[in-house]
Order: sequence, then C-alpha cells, then structure tokens
Amino acid sequence: MGKTLSEKVLSEKSGTDARAGDIVIARVDLAFVQDTTGPLTIRQFKEIKHGSLANPKRTAIFLDHAIPSPNRELSNDHKFLRRFADDTGCLIFEGGSGICHQLVAEMFANPGDIIVGADSHTVTAGGLGAFATGMGSSDIAIAFALGKTWFRVPETIKISVSGRFQKRVGVKDLVLHLIGALGADGATYKALEFNGYTVANMTVSQRLTIANMAVEAGAKVGIFPSDNVTRRYLAAQGRGSKYRALRPDADADYERSIIINASELEPMIATPHTVDNVAPVNMLAGTKIDQVFIGTCTNGRLEDLAIAAAILKKKKRHPKVRLIIAPASQQVLTKAMRIGYIQVLAAAGAMILPPGCAACLGLHQGVLGDNEVCLSTANRNFKGRMGNPEASIYLASPATAAASALTGEITDPRKVS
Amino acid sequence: MMPDKILKGKAFKFGDNISTDHIIPGKYAHLRSNLPELAKHVMEDADATFAEKVKKGDFIIAGKNFGLGSSREHAALVIKMAGVSAILAKSVARIFFRNAINQGLPVLICDTGKIDAGDKIEVNLTTGAVTDITNGSKLTSGKIPKVMLDILGEGGLVPYITKHRDFEL
Repeated sequence: MGKTLSEKVLSEKSGTDARAGDIVIARVDLAFVQDTTGPLTIRQFKEIKHGSLANPKRTAIFLDHAIPSPNRELSNDHKFLRRFADDTGCLIFEGGSGICHQLVAEMFANPGDIIVGADSHTVTAGGLGAFATGMGSSDIAIAFALGKTWFRVPETIKISVSGRFQKRVGVKDLVLHLIGALGADGATYKALEFNGYTVANMTVSQRLTIANMAVEAGAKVGIFPSDNVTRRYLAAQGRGSKYRALRPDADADYERSIIINASELEPMIATPHTVDNVAPVNMLAGTKIDQVFIGTCTNGRLEDLAIAAAILKKKKRHPKVRLIIAPASQQVLTKAMRIGYIQVLAAAGAMILPPGCAACLGLHQGVLGDNEVCLSTANRNFKGRMGNPEASIYLASPATAAASALTGEITDPRKVS
Repeated sequence: MMPDKILKGKAFKFGDNISTDHIIPGKYAHLRSNLPELAKHVMEDADATFAEKVKKGDFIIAGKNFGLGSSREHAALVIKMAGVSAILAKSVARIFFRNAINQGLPVLICDTGKIDAGDKIEVNLTTGAVTDITNGSKLTSGKIPKVMLDILGEGGLVPYITKHRDFEL
C-alpha cells in the first residue's frame, strides 16, 4: 500500500514506516513562536533546564501580533523575546517584517519539511508541500530544546478540485465552501491533501490561502503536492535548490475523498460566529457593514491586494465604512508599492497598516464597537475575536471585501464594475 | 497496584464550538505574562460569571469541538488555574487537546449530553469511568494515546521532559 503526503514526510523524518494512526517521533526543520505565544514558550524552555537550543538557526521568533506594541505589557514581552534571541542566537524577525506564516513561506518552508509553530495557522506552509502544524507553548519549548516532537500520523481526506473559477470567484470562496461542507470539526486530527487540475494551476499564494484555513475544519495539516509552480516560487525566493518533487503514491490509502468543481462555486461568506457557518454572498447581500479588513495570513498577499486594488481603482470607499489594509509582509508591501496597489488603495480611502496581524485578533488596530459588523478576509469569526463579543464578523474573499467597501453593505463582487 | 485516581466536583456546562476566544480572548494578550490577572478572565465570553463560581475540583462539561481556534496554551492554563480538575467533552480540538494534556489537565471524551449543569460528577481517571451522581448515569470515555497518558501521569510535558530528558515511546 502506498503513502499519502503526510505519511511520506513523517516516514522520512521519523525513520519509520509511518502509517495513519501510528505515533512517531520526528525531527523538525523549523520551530517557531510569535509574540503572544513566545513568552510562555521561553519560560517553559527555561524550566526544563536543557540549556541550549537544538538548532538556533532553525528556531525563530516573529514579532507580528502586537506591532507596533499597543501597551507597556506587550512591549515588555517583546523585550523578553529579543533578549532570548540575543542569549541563544536564534532568529528573530522584528515588528514590521511581516506575519510569521507569510515569512515562513517566503524564507523557510520547503517540500517535505516538518514545521511546527506556536500558532494554529502554522498549517499555511502546507501550500509549499511542508507538513506544517500548530502546537502550544509546551510542545514548541520541547521542539526548541530537542529538535523533534511526537506526532500521531493523521488519516487523510483527499480534496480533488477541477474546473475553472468564474470571474471574481477564487480560492477563498473554495476553502469557505469546503469548511462549510466539512464542518468546524469535520477534519479534526486529520490531514487535508489537495490535488486535481485546478490545484495544479494555482499559484503558491492561492495554495497558502487554502492551507491556512485547513485548521478551521480542525485539520492537523493542509498539504499540497510540489510541482513546477512550487519550484518557480522557491527559485524566485532564492532557494531553488531546496525544491524536490513530492507527490502521494497512486495507491495511497485515503479515509475519504471530496470532489469540488470550481466552476460551480459562487462567492461565499462565513457568517457569525463560526467559520463553518457558510452561505453564498448573495444570501447576505445588503447587510450593512461598519468596517472592512483586508489582510492577514489568509489574504494579505500581493495577489490579494491586486484583486482589491482592481475593484477600488479610481473609486472611494463608502463614507460610512472604515477600510483597513494590512500587507502580510514587508516583501508584499514593497512590491505592492512598486506596482501601485498601495497608492490605489490609499486613494480609495484605506488606512494602510504595517505588515503584521493587525486587527485580526482583537488586540488593536481595528477593535470593533458594540453591535458593529466587520467584513474581513481573515480566517476566524469567533465571538469576541476582534476584541468585542458584542460585535459580528463575516469572512469573505478580497474581491467581496473590496466590493463591499464600495457599497457599505455585503456585496457580490460580480455585481460591481 | 496504585489506587484509582478519583476526581469529584460540580458540572459547569457549555455548548458546542467553545473557542479559545471564548476561553481567553486575544484582547487580553497583554496579560499573558501576568497569569494571575489573566486567569480572572477565564471563560469570560462564554459565561461571564464562571470565574467567580467555579470551585477547586469542578468540571467543565462541553459539547463538540471544545477549544477550537488558537494555539494559545494559556487557554488550558487558565482553566487549570481556575481549579478545574478535568474537561469532559463530546470532542476536543486537536491543539487544545495536546495543550491540556501538556498542562496536566485531563480531558475525557464522552457523551456529555447526559450531564446537566450543576450535577455532581465523579471521574475515575484510572479506568476512564464517569458517573453523574445526581442522575445516576454512568458513562465511558474514549481511549487516550499512551504517550499522552504518560505525559499526564507526570503532570504535564514540562515535568515529563524535566524527568525523562527525552520522549519515551
């Protein structure tokens, strides 16, 4: 019997014949924290008195959730993290560099790698063929110390996508549709593995968007085969030599298969307060909104800003809507400025925030008021997520977000020019 | 033979899909290096009075997919700090499950629909047997992988590694 992508990676990194259901200990290629999970991780690392990091150059700290720091407590957490980096020689990425998952894609993730991070959206790197998964602080502290961790080898659900997207329908709509079909716990403890004609034709940016949201169905990983698209991306990021072809075996054992025809999809939206509460945008059309947020590890990449800029070009946001844009990384911001997307968005009345997580998790930079409604391109709409349990969050694509910013209400992007 | 480990306490009942934002929202990230202050907000967005009412030894009784969302281990940590002796749920999200065990907080998967808020509950951690003393129903809980039982047995992952210095499968 052949192997799924997850079984292949875990077999190689554990030196065993890893099969779904097995418990293995595997080496990790990168272990990381961000600024809100890092301090606890480091205190736990110190508590075990292991001494040095297993691999300082494969240990990373990203300052992205609370940048620039909104208060003294978080500023002191940042100081604590910088001090640890100075003491141990691990990598640290200062505020403004970008969101951890985007930087992991730009600088670290390769096909066949194992990546663990103290952030649930670590799954994003699955778009490049890495077995990447989020864990808590204790697990990452031990991965820092030992350079390995334990995994239960997941069963795999195969997602096959065919067909061409309609105009202004895209991968965000696809992944929202998928989460709606699976349910918020439909893939708990399992791997989602993507393939098919449409997947082969997706850009890395699009694959990262889909992989990013695998965890919203409970999945441990959302993993893509590697191909020429992956190879070209790695080469463009200066690590073409890290490319390797990684495909599942033809006779791999899948728990089940889901087939999606992209041409039948329409713009989708997740309604409050769970991500699997999905409906076609048309059904919610006309719902008044107070804030639009375009950014995050889900949809803060160059292609996302391009979609928003195309819709907002030479137009103005609705006067009663705040429009917040946060590029996912410095690289994204710089390219978007060079091409002119940032100028278009600023001229449309957007607030442009520094590369980082921004308003996504309710810390700062866009906390909602009571009974306010936000349309966001992020990955979570839980009650209280954006800092206020009395507010409502809808999740949709950059196209739907941009179209809705123009009209002041939830709007099907196919209906604006 | 070791005596069975018995937990007793009152049931605090919650529904399906209680996320880490219900348990400890991101807006309190500035308190994560001040755990006693952070712990005052435990379960705040699901039950604003939980922190005052919960007593040492009590149980969180949840529906499906408890703890979905963020990897913040603070979610499991503040529940443990509140004195909760175990979480009983129909199902638990993956990262939260690891985090709870790593904090030495037992999680039992069972049909919690038969338990009402306020019921007196007894859990035998050794056998996994759950008894609702108030209504007399007896439940069995699902198996936890051995590696997790070993970590739980040492009181969490940090004490486990401090003692064993490595994983022992």
